[in-house]
Amino acid sequence: MRLAEGTANAGPVLSVRGLKVAFAVADRHVPVVRGVDFDVYQNEVLCIVGESGSGKSVTSLAVTGLLPETARVEGSITLGGVEVNGAGRDALRRMRGEDVGFVFQDPGTTLNPVLKVGRQITEGQVALSRLRPAEAEGRAVELLRDVDIADPEQRVRQYPHQFSGGMRQRAVIAMAIAGQPKLIIADEPTTALDVTVQAQVLSVLARRQAEMRAAVVLITHDLGVVAQVADRVAVMYGGRIVETGPVEAIFRSPRHPYTRALLRSIPRMDTDEVRLDPIPGQPPMPHALPAGCAFEPRCALGSGRPRCREEEPPLSTVASEQNAACHFVDEAPPAPKVHAMARPKMAEAEAPPLLDVKGLKVHFPIKSSVLQRTTGWVRAVDGVDISVRAGETLSLVGESGCGKTTIGRTVMGLVQATAGDIRFDGQSMVRLGPADKRKARRRMQYIFQDPYSSLNPVLPAEDIVAEPLRIHGLYDEMGGAERVAELFDMVGLSRSMLSRYPSEFSGGQRQRIGIARALILAPRLVILDEPVAALDVSIQAQILNLLQDLQAELGLSYLFIAHNLSVVRHISDRVAVMYLGRIVEQGTRDELYSNPVHPYTQSLLSAAPDPDPAARHSSRRIVLEGEIPSPAAPPSGCVFHPRCFRADARCCAEVPAFRPYPGLATWTACHHAGPLEQNPAALAEVSR
Amino acid sequence: MNRAWNSTLWLLSGLMARPASAAALLFLAAMVIVSLFADLLPIDPFAQRLTDALKGPSAANWFGTDELGRDIFARVIYGARTSLSTAAAAVVIAASVGIPVGLVAGFFGDWRDTVLMRFIDVLLALPAILFAMALIAVLGRSQMAAFIAVGITGIPNFARITRARVLSLRKSDFVTAVEAFGGSSGYNMFRTILPNAWSPILVQVVVLCSVAILLEAALAFLGVGVAPPTPSWGEMLRTGKSYLYEAPYYAVLPGVILTLTILSFDVIGRALASLLEDRHDAGGVQIERTAS
Repeated sequence: MRLAEGTANAGPVLSVRGLKVAFAVADRHVPVVRGVDFDVYQNEVLCIVGESGSGKSVTSLAVTGLLPETARVEGSITLGGVEVNGAGRDALRRMRGEDVGFVFQDPGTTLNPVLKVGRQITEGQVALSRLRPAEAEGRAVELLRDVDIADPEQRVRQYPHQFSGGMRQRAVIAMAIAGQPKLIIADEPTTALDVTVQAQVLSVLARRQAEMRAAVVLITHDLGVVAQVADRVAVMYGGRIVETGPVEAIFRSPRHPYTRALLRSIPRMDTDEVRLDPIPGQPPMPHALPAGCAFEPRCALGSGRPRCREEEPPLSTVASEQNAACHFVDEAPPAPKVHAMARPKMAEAEAPPLLDVKGLKVHFPIKSSVLQRTTGWVRAVDGVDISVRAGETLSLVGESGCGKTTIGRTVMGLVQATAGDIRFDGQSMVRLGPADKRKARRRMQYIFQDPYSSLNPVLPAEDIVAEPLRIHGLYDEMGGAERVAELFDMVGLSRSMLSRYPSEFSGGQRQRIGIARALILAPRLVILDEPVAALDVSIQAQILNLLQDLQAELGLSYLFIAHNLSVVRHISDRVAVMYLGRIVEQGTRDELYSNPVHPYTQSLLSAAPDPDPAARHSSRRIVLEGEIPSPAAPPSGCVFHPRCFRADARCCAEVPAFRPYPGLATWTACHHAGPLEQNPAALAEVSR
Repeated sequence: MNRAWNSTLWLLSGLMARPASAAALLFLAAMVIVSLFADLLPIDPFAQRLTDALKGPSAANWFGTDELGRDIFARVIYGARTSLSTAAAAVVIAASVGIPVGLVAGFFGDWRDTVLMRFIDVLLALPAILFAMALIAVLGRSQMAAFIAVGITGIPNFARITRARVLSLRKSDFVTAVEAFGGSSGYNMFRTILPNAWSPILVQVVVLCSVAILLEAALAFLGVGVAPPTPSWGEMLRTGKSYLYEAPYYAVLPGVILTLTILSFDVIGRALASLLEDRHDAGGVQIERTAS
């Protein structure tokens, strides 16, 4: 994927100059992209990175003329030397079919559910008469094989719903490469996918791209993905490119304060640094941009200097092939603040755990649609033991569908347990009457993933935060309005925002409201279901820090549910890894991350994209085959055996017991548990 | 309350921004005000002057006079009272039964859903006009039969629309959140879900108003509506059609007013629906989400 020799004398495949996009909103034009220049050459991957509202997706849509009528596009976009901006409908259509391939974010909605996958893949080519209808199916089979879909002859006649998420995204890639395009535009192609599936999809995309020597524009917010696949990087902020350069340079010596801050705010897999260094404030809204440098209000370097406030810095060369848009680019960055934060550890191994879950099973019936008879069971959670001690954080990690959210909801009493016991503070929660359950819930609270849907849109923030008090009839007893205002202070929201409605808050602020609401009853245990997954990277760091501060201050216990391994490493004391309704490995954070013994944990850790370009050639990469099976029909024996690189006959027949691994404080459920290096078979698999 | 007030203002200004719905709104507002304060006007719908029977429109009688010499303009205005109060009563009946039924059915979704929705299906099979005539056979000629009939046959629409909205809100996190904090089902249904479900219900209110007015007029036209001499538009159409040749204004003018009223309700209903839908979209577009 490296920049090939010989591309220097060829012109760029895509060249964008002075691109400006404004949307007509009511009676004015809101600038979303404000002067963007970039080139992409043959066989090169350009990653455009940015937070929400930075204009990265709009840029990619503008490149192919896919923006709605309300958008005003200025500047020049040339694709293979032909001007795109202002081109006619037919010219654009032909260009999209022949020269450009698209991969969109959500494979679930990119494919038409009523058309066979094979037909969709070749539809565009047939419509443009580049492919004869009779040859279409053969070509579709070929393309599906190219993107590693097993049994393409059968799959080509199936419908999208018969494909899993990862297979759908690979079908979309097949569609994108069907016309042998010169340029592939991928907008967050793996954001909706699980980490092991993401690794498969990225590797397919990289292989096909290298084969066709296509230029790729990949848009993402995930710096890990950038480090893995990019040749060059463009960092966007407030509708402009603020820094661009080769991937190694961007990661090793970022020059723009935003790039630096962004890289510092992500939790890393390879460090135990306790506190993140978040970027203060919120990303700017396109309709309320600051007058000078868009990053000035959040910048540690500018910090209110008049030049930054008044004058927008131009993109200027700072090193060979590296440009940054900052007035004070040559100034040394202020030393990162040292956040020495000793975490008070109240956890005592001898004390009975605050939350103790034993043998938990949650099975959901599958009803046949006609007679409402139960025809099977979805084993969402199938025998799980976990415990959370006072003041500690236990994380449940796993891919989608592994049952981690179901555990959180069952503990909270939102879902009925099928079997097993949940003891909270010594009291069994499973067979409580409604009144006792209500009382017990006071001490246990829940924070939701999506800050946009978890707040009632018709209530002002103060009423949302006060709602648990009102429900329990404790509003006056616990201090009423004063208590609500205190909570606002505690989560870092201004008291002047008390009477605003959720729609007036940004995502990070909404999540703070959700946290305030969960803490108002002074709970002891907080269940956090992916609390930062929906937030921008710079905001994610703010919320993680807030959660850690609150834990230390209030002595809270956290049951932290997440899929992001670096976030989990950052916040947890102990970690439990789940696969298909069971815990496959559980241990202290350091033990689990430095000495994983279960093959699933090992592959999960190796599949997580590391935000370090140097790591991409590391040989420790395990790309798992296939995807998570349906929990309605789990495989026999060890549920992981169909995807496992150590599986043998015993694994297919015998369910491994969950037991301590000798020599480590880790528990695991595997017949062949052991460190990765000791297993030559595994290494052979890795190198394949 | 503040928010309800703001929403009302926002809706009104939205309706006023479109010429058609602005005209409809002004027309209906005038109709409501005039019929509310009709007693203060120097008009009398009951005063008979047989010498002036079937006179055409004049300065004294804007819409002319009927066969008994009564002022048609006055009768049209008092007839608006009959029409609008029928509509209001029908909406109260339909909404007060239909909304709770839809809430409970959608929220629990178990046997309660099955039982309630079968009951709704039965109501749906009732033809409003036959049902009204059956009621009249029992209750006698009165305004009540019309609004009870429209009210009861309007229940299924409210129930189904509420239920559909509840089903889509039921799984949202903010509803689950209230459950997680220990809020009761009743609290969740009436305090959390209902305030988020009012927009399609509001459209339904407007639609039902026009249905009620039309049915009341139809019953009166068939001669089974409100008993004379109470003024009713349908009754005026019925009598007026006998004098279509000598006094065309007698049937035509009340008919025009009836048509305009129903047209206004429909225009407003349509405008509300698209207004609320736009707002829904705007709420979604304003916030650019970063997926997990």
